[in-house]
Amino acid sequence: MIDLKDVSKTFTLHNQGSAVIEVISNVSFSVAAGECVALTGASGAGKSTLMRMIYGNYLTQSGAIRIGDLDVVTAQPRDIIALRREVLGYVSQFLRVVPRVPTLEVVADPLRALGVPAEDAHRRAMDLLTLLNIPEHLWTLSPTTFSGGEQQRVNIARGFAHSYPALLLDEPTASLDAANRDIVLQLIETAKARGAAIIGIFHDEAARARICDREIDVSLFAPKVAA
Amino acid sequence: MTPLLSVQEISKSYGTHIGCADVSFDLYPGEVMGIVGESGSGKSTLLNCLAGHIAPDFGRVVFDTRIDGPKDTVTMSEPERRMLGRTDWAFVHQHARDGLRMGVSAGGNVGERLMAVGERHYGDIRHKAADWLDRVEIDTDRIDDRPTTFSGGMQQRLQIARNLVTGPRLVFMDEPTGGLDVSVQARLLDLLRGLVRDMGLSAIIVTHDLAVVRLLADRLMVMKSGHVVEAGLTDQVLDDPQHAYSQLLVSSVLQV
Repeated sequence: MIDLKDVSKTFTLHNQGSAVIEVISNVSFSVAAGECVALTGASGAGKSTLMRMIYGNYLTQSGAIRIGDLDVVTAQPRDIIALRREVLGYVSQFLRVVPRVPTLEVVADPLRALGVPAEDAHRRAMDLLTLLNIPEHLWTLSPTTFSGGEQQRVNIARGFAHSYPALLLDEPTASLDAANRDIVLQLIETAKARGAAIIGIFHDEAARARICDREIDVSLFAPKVAA
Repeated sequence: MTPLLSVQEISKSYGTHIGCADVSFDLYPGEVMGIVGESGSGKSTLLNCLAGHIAPDFGRVVFDTRIDGPKDTVTMSEPERRMLGRTDWAFVHQHARDGLRMGVSAGGNVGERLMAVGERHYGDIRHKAADWLDRVEIDTDRIDDRPTTFSGGMQQRLQIARNLVTGPRLVFMDEPTGGLDVSVQARLLDLLRGLVRDMGLSAIIVTHDLAVVRLLADRLMVMKSGHVVEAGLTDQVLDDPQHAYSQLLVSSVLQV
């Protein structure tokens, strides 16, 4: 489902003496449907960068990143937009929303974008918010004022509203208490069982052991420093 | 799929000064494109060339018309282009006063555009105007008041109602949130986003506010000295800018 071939990434900082930072090079791996792969490696190794490259958020200099039939590296913006709408979900650590939009709408939004009628989208959103223990009296409020853990759960509810065939999870269980962490892990297991290909970053080792089939150490892709 | 708007090699100079040079892109139905750049970068010149307000020196602006299919709007006749401006196109000005008739009531402002496309039944027109005032969150009790009695944010929302009442397919916006305070901006952005999704609008938004494009635009074009220096997916250009100028622009934003 997700297939990376010889992927490399450098950042060129034009305004800071044209410094070139090589982050990762020659990354190749693939993730099958129903498989969950963890990216590991020390902070700064390039886990999130790699994930953002797969999502099309960071530009990839060379190689190919195939998701289904689409190569993210060479795809047109509108193809990536369609891919994100239909195929590829992404749960980041931070929630970014339009001010003033109620929580229920934030969660239902991915479904509404797919053309699901408002009523059905709202029902799905309510189910997820209930499952993730977001109190009902908060649903009509904008999540911008919520606590960190609540925002994270709203973000997860949003990411799982549509049954994406491929999912990217960046620290989905960080800043959650044990009970909520367990619920999120169950959501991921359910997604896996229905055949989603999942790539995740989990600092929580127990979580990794429970849901991931393999681990990929990103620090192995660090460019070799010239002697 | 046919692009709704296909812009090909548009150039416009003012004497020896370059307004915009060799700009090309395709906009597809339902897409929102942002154009950013500092003042003087040529973004408003480009928008005005696209919307037919000024004639480009060179290039084609091909619009997929409902009846005749793709047609170059630069070479089409003036009446034809004006008709387009009243029906399928809308233009939201930075200053609401430029897009409104200040001496006419709010309802009249919305109704005028309906009459321009042939509506004649007073009851229907008033009903539609009231419906649109409600959609842009203006109290329908204010329907007979002139826009001079409205706040800046209300005027801007009225301008949007006036523009969208005829169900356009393409909206040009020049700094739609410029000069409004942030709470009003947020409300307007939320409104625009909802309208874009529910009506399936395509839009081209010129702004210097990167937060606005992040929320509204699917794609982004960065302009400098009349040239497009970078274009791509909005979040990709903002999070991983490639060109020196885009990097400078993104890193210059103050964090709140």
